[in-house]
Parts: sequence; C-alpha cells; structure tokens
Amino acid sequence: MIDALTQPFIEFSFMRRALVGCLALSLGAPPIGVFLMLRRMSLMGDAMSHAILPGVAIGYLLAGLSLFAMSFGGFAAGLAVALAAGLVARSTVLREDASLAAFYLVSLALGVLIVSARGSNIDLLHVLFGTVLALDDAALILVASIATISLAVLAVIYRPLVLECFDPQFLRSASALSSPTHFTFLVLVVLNLVSGFQALGTLMAVGIMLLPAVAARFWAEDVSGLIVSAVGCAFAASLTGLLVSYYWSVPTGPAIILIAGIFYLVSILVGVKGGLLWGLLPRRHLEA
Amino acid sequence: MKSRLVASLGLALVLLFGISAHAQAADKVKAVASFSILGDMVRQVGGDRVDVTTLVGPDGDAHVYEPTPADAKNLAASAILFTNGLGFEGWMDRLEKSSGFTGKVVVASTGVKPRTMVEEEGAKEETITDPHAWQSLANGKLYVANIRDGLIAVDPAGKAVYEANAAKYLDEIAKEEEAVKAALAKLPEARKKIITSHDAFGYFGAAYELEIIAPEGVSTESEASAQDVAKIIRQIKAENIPAVFMENITDYRLLDQIASETGAKIGGELYTDALSPADGPAPTYLDMFRHNIETLTAALSA
Repeated sequence: MIDALTQPFIEFSFMRRALVGCLALSLGAPPIGVFLMLRRMSLMGDAMSHAILPGVAIGYLLAGLSLFAMSFGGFAAGLAVALAAGLVARSTVLREDASLAAFYLVSLALGVLIVSARGSNIDLLHVLFGTVLALDDAALILVASIATISLAVLAVIYRPLVLECFDPQFLRSASALSSPTHFTFLVLVVLNLVSGFQALGTLMAVGIMLLPAVAARFWAEDVSGLIVSAVGCAFAASLTGLLVSYYWSVPTGPAIILIAGIFYLVSILVGVKGGLLWGLLPRRHLEA
Repeated sequence: MKSRLVASLGLALVLLFGISAHAQAADKVKAVASFSILGDMVRQVGGDRVDVTTLVGPDGDAHVYEPTPADAKNLAASAILFTNGLGFEGWMDRLEKSSGFTGKVVVASTGVKPRTMVEEEGAKEETITDPHAWQSLANGKLYVANIRDGLIAVDPAGKAVYEANAAKYLDEIAKEEEAVKAALAKLPEARKKIITSHDAFGYFGAAYELEIIAPEGVSTESEASAQDVAKIIRQIKAENIPAVFMENITDYRLLDQIASETGAKIGGELYTDALSPADGPAPTYLDMFRHNIETLTAALSA
C-alpha cells in the first residue's frame, strides 16, 4: 500500500516535480482563496484568469515561450484590469463586480485577437499555459517564489485584511490602511493566478485557489483555522489527484481539481461546522 | 444627445464598411483548402488557373481551428472546397453551412485506407480514425488525383493543364517517396523508433516502417495523463529509444521534460499538420518530407 503511494514518485522525476509544484501552489493560493471567499469575491479568480490573457499573449509574441516574459505580461495585464476596475468603481456609479466583468471581457477579447493576429492558431490554453506534468526548473522556481512572497506579504497585511473582511467600515474610519491593504491583496491574487497558470494550467490555478477554501468553511470558523484547513485540503487533493492520474490514466489537472471538488462535496455533508449530516443528527436524537 | 447618438452610429458604420471592400482576382477558379498542406497540393495541381485560399495557415493547428468571418466570405465566393476528411477538420461542417457555400466539396483523402487506432480513455477503449493520411506519400498521390479530378469537374476548360500539372507533381512525389525509403533504409533497425508529441505520424510510420510513440492522442485536444507519460518514460528506457521530436504545432514542454528524464536527445522539430511560412524549412508538401527526413535521419543515425 505504502509502496503504491510512493513508487510513482520514486521512479519518475516528472511526478516528483509535479508534486513539488502542486504543493508549493497549495501553500500560496488557498489562503488567498480563503480571503476571496470571506470578501464575497470568489468569482473574481475566474474573471482575473481571463484578464491576464492579453499580457501573456504579448509576452509570448515578443519573447516566445519565455516563462519570465509571459508571467510578467500576465501579471501586468491582470493588475491593470484589477486596478482599472477598482478605479472605475470608486469614481463612477458602476459597482466593482460590474466594471471588473467589463474589463476582463475586453481584456480576454484583446488576448484572443493578439494571438490570432499572428496568423498562427495554436491552441491558446495549451501553449500559453503550462501543464502539471511538464514543470521545468524555471516553472518550479517561479511557483515556489510566488508562494513564499505570497505567504510573507499575507503575514504582514494579515490584521488589516481580516478587519477589512469582517468590518470594512471600521477599518476605513480607524485607519488609513484600508486602500493599501485592498490593493496589496489584489496584487497577491494576480500573482498567485499567474504562477498557477504559467506552471500548471488555467484549471489548476483557479481551482486550487478556491475549492479548498470553500471546503475549509465546513471545518473551521476562525480565519487561521480556515487557512490551515484549506492548505491541508489542497495538499491532500494534489497528492491524491496525481496518484489518480497515475493509476487510472486521467489528465492530471482535472484529476486534482475533481478530487478537491469531492472534498468540497464531502465537507458539505460531514463538515463539523455546519455540515448537512450534523444538522440532521441531533433532531433524530431528540425524537428517540 | 440624440444627434450625438446618430453621429457615433454613423461613424461606426463608416468604419465597418470601410474595411470590408477589397479587390478580387478575376477569371481564376477560386478554391479554398482547409489547411496549409492541402493548400500547397491544390496550388501545385491548379497552377496559374486556380486561386487558392488556405483557411488554417502555416504553423496553425487545424484540429482546433476557429473560423473567422473572412473564412466564411472566402468560402462563399469560391467554386470548390478541398478538405482532408477523416474527422480532421471538425469545425468544417458548421463553416460550410453558415457560409452558404454551394460549390463542389472534394474530400482529398477519398480512397485512402484509413488507419484506426485504439485509444485508452481510462478504462474504456475507443476506436479513433487517424486523419493524418498525408504523412504517407502513397496517400499523397491519392490526394493529388482527387484534387485533379475535382478541379476538372468545376473547370473542364482547364483539363489538359490540370492533367499535365498533376502528372508532373505525381512524378515528383514518386521520386520523393523513393528518396524517403532509401534514407530510412540506411538506419539501423534498432533505432527506428521515435517519440513525437501528438500522434500524427501513424501513416508515416506504417508506410516507412518506423515505430512512433506519442503522449497525446491523434488530436491535439486531448491532455496526457501521468500514466501516459510514465509509460512512455519506461518504454524509452526499456527500448533505448534514441530521440524525441518536437512538432511545429504543439507544446514542447512535456517532451522537454520526458527527454530530460530519460536522457533521450531532442531530435529537432518535425512538420506534421501544417507547413512552415514561406521562408521556413518546410514551405511545401514535398519540402516538409525533405525536412522531416533530414531531421529524422540526422538524429537516428548518430
């Protein structure tokens, strides 16, 4: 049994690389997902994933398949969209979600246009974004660095960020940290998405950020508890997904995300904090 | 407010129509070919009498192409459409219908004996037709004959020209086929195994006795599983497969990883589903074979 779990990683270096990459991503992204969920911005991850496309495309056109150019381009584009949406939300009648939707759609269309303009039409998602099984050294270093930066920055802005989640009015009135915290957080979101895309593919980036966070909601109530359970869930999903992909021959990215999805469904049912089954049990107890 | 609305609508219309006007070459047979390799073959047979538009251009991936309005316009204005068939251009049916195309459709692979392959999708096995028939020059001859007959049907006046062009082209293809067989015959038997990224060399391998292994299936749309990659790595190690090859249309990162894990060397870039631009190493069908054979023999004989 133990042998079956370790053998693929001992025999193949691509499996070890995939595992390390997924674990690094699982360390950086789920905490961001927890805060996205608490701030009711869960869908923003998906929107931003489209927004970074033109930047990645321009990076690709200028420098070819250079991880650095494509990541930097994607980061710049994602940040531009996030900031523009924030700016419009603050200076016009439009809410942030509406302006974000508008900007990411424009950005996505621009990205498709830029790539098509080159005449070549290699499948975008295959070329612009990585796959779990093809992590090279540069991609691993990128993912690990971004996870490190992300955790460090999160530690620094942790207190104002938690306040902003639960009592934004108070933070705004008591301190000037509200806007800087918000924008630093946006930077972290974009950073983590870019790292996930470049190394592991679209599905992985958004999926590993949000699914563990939402599942964690059923296992913990305070923010630190949420973060720990989200990271734990992401670790478990990565390892299980890789093994499922290895033994049952299914594509790796979808396997990992589906396992995280199963964790989520199981959590809905049996989670200790508000799981559906626990809601049923006491009533039965009373009837008896 | 209202006048501003009218003015901006007017401006938008001017912009739209301004870019749609363009000149057309008169009195040539207008033909459309679905992808660059087929386009080149039609050009060789049609010569000066035919004006060929290619939908999926050089270095493009026809498995997953998204047609543009210009494609529909070109198709509607043309007399004849050449497709590969065998399920290669999944998007073609919809384009044909939506463009209102009324001309003749020639499926270039007609008469080819299709290769089917069993693809494992998890537990269930699926039989899939391999569309990459042009990768065998014997099939290429069938393509040329089909193209010739199609062109004669829509432009009977040019019959003599098409027949002469086709005969000359068939001759060149036959010569190239001899050259390919001769070049590959020189390779030692144990080294006639290669890895490519998607399964495009089935016909090539069958015709010229080369064993081909690919992590992706016959279409570039599928994604490799960890098991697929692990199997290939084991196979490379067990059978001492000397080289892996990139394709001009697919992602090379996975192969890169496989190569670095097994110590197989990267043999170079092969052209499979699309030609290179005119200044590249494989601007025509026959150049593509010359380039691929050169790349293969250089890597496998070393």
